[in-house]
Amino acid sequence: MNETAAQIIIGVGLAFDLFGCIGLVRLPDVYNRVQAATKCVTLGTCFILLGTAVYGMSAAMGIKAMLCAVFILLTSPVAAHAIARGAYKSGVRLWEGSVVDLYGEEKHPSRPPDERTEPAQAGETLGAGRESG
Amino acid sequence: MTTFLLIAAAVLLLAAFLCLYRIGQGPTAPDRTVAIDILGTLVVGFCCIMALWTGQGFYMNIAIAWALLSFIGTIALAKYLEGRYYDE
Repeated sequence: MNETAAQIIIGVGLAFDLFGCIGLVRLPDVYNRVQAATKCVTLGTCFILLGTAVYGMSAAMGIKAMLCAVFILLTSPVAAHAIARGAYKSGVRLWEGSVVDLYGEEKHPSRPPDERTEPAQAGETLGAGRESG
Repeated sequence: MTTFLLIAAAVLLLAAFLCLYRIGQGPTAPDRTVAIDILGTLVVGFCCIMALWTGQGFYMNIAIAWALLSFIGTIALAKYLEGRYYDE
C-alpha cells in the first residue's frame, strides 16, 4: 500500500520534472524559461521527496526528505528571482511577443520600451526611488 | 519497485539531458545559469531515487547538502550577472 502510494507520488513528480525541462528547452526567452522550469521542477522534486518519505524505508530518511523539501521550497523561488533580476540588469531583452514589462516601466519610465533593459546612464532620472531595490 | 526506479532514473536522466542541451545552446549567460540551477534541483531528485534503490540513508544527506550548495552557487552566479553594483 505504501509502495503503491509512493510510486504514484513519485510518478507525478517525474512528470512535473520532465515537463519543466521541456519548457526549459522549448520556450523563447530567459524569463519564460525561468518561470516554467523553476515552478515545475520545484514542485516535481518536492513530490519525489514526499514519495521518498511516504515509502517509509526508515524514519530518518523520511525526516531528511521532508527537510530537503522545505529547503527546496524556500530556496528555489529566491534563486529564480535572483536569476531573472540579474538577467534583466545584464541587458537581456524580452521576447518580442511579450506584452508587458512592469519592472522596466517602473525603473526607467522615460525610456522607449526597447531600451529599458540597458544599464542606467549617469545623471538619468530614475523612477520612484526604486533603484536600490 | 526496482523496475519503477529504473524508469524513474531514466526519466530524470532525460530531463537532465534537456538541461544540458540548454546549457550548451543557451544564447545568453542567464539561460545557462537557469539550466544549471534546474540541473542542481534534478540531482536532488536523483539522490532520492538512489536512496530508495540502494536502501542507504546517506543519499538523503547528499540531497540536503546539494540543495543548499546549489542555491548558494546560483545566487553567486546571479550576482555575477548583475555585474555592476557589488554593494547592493
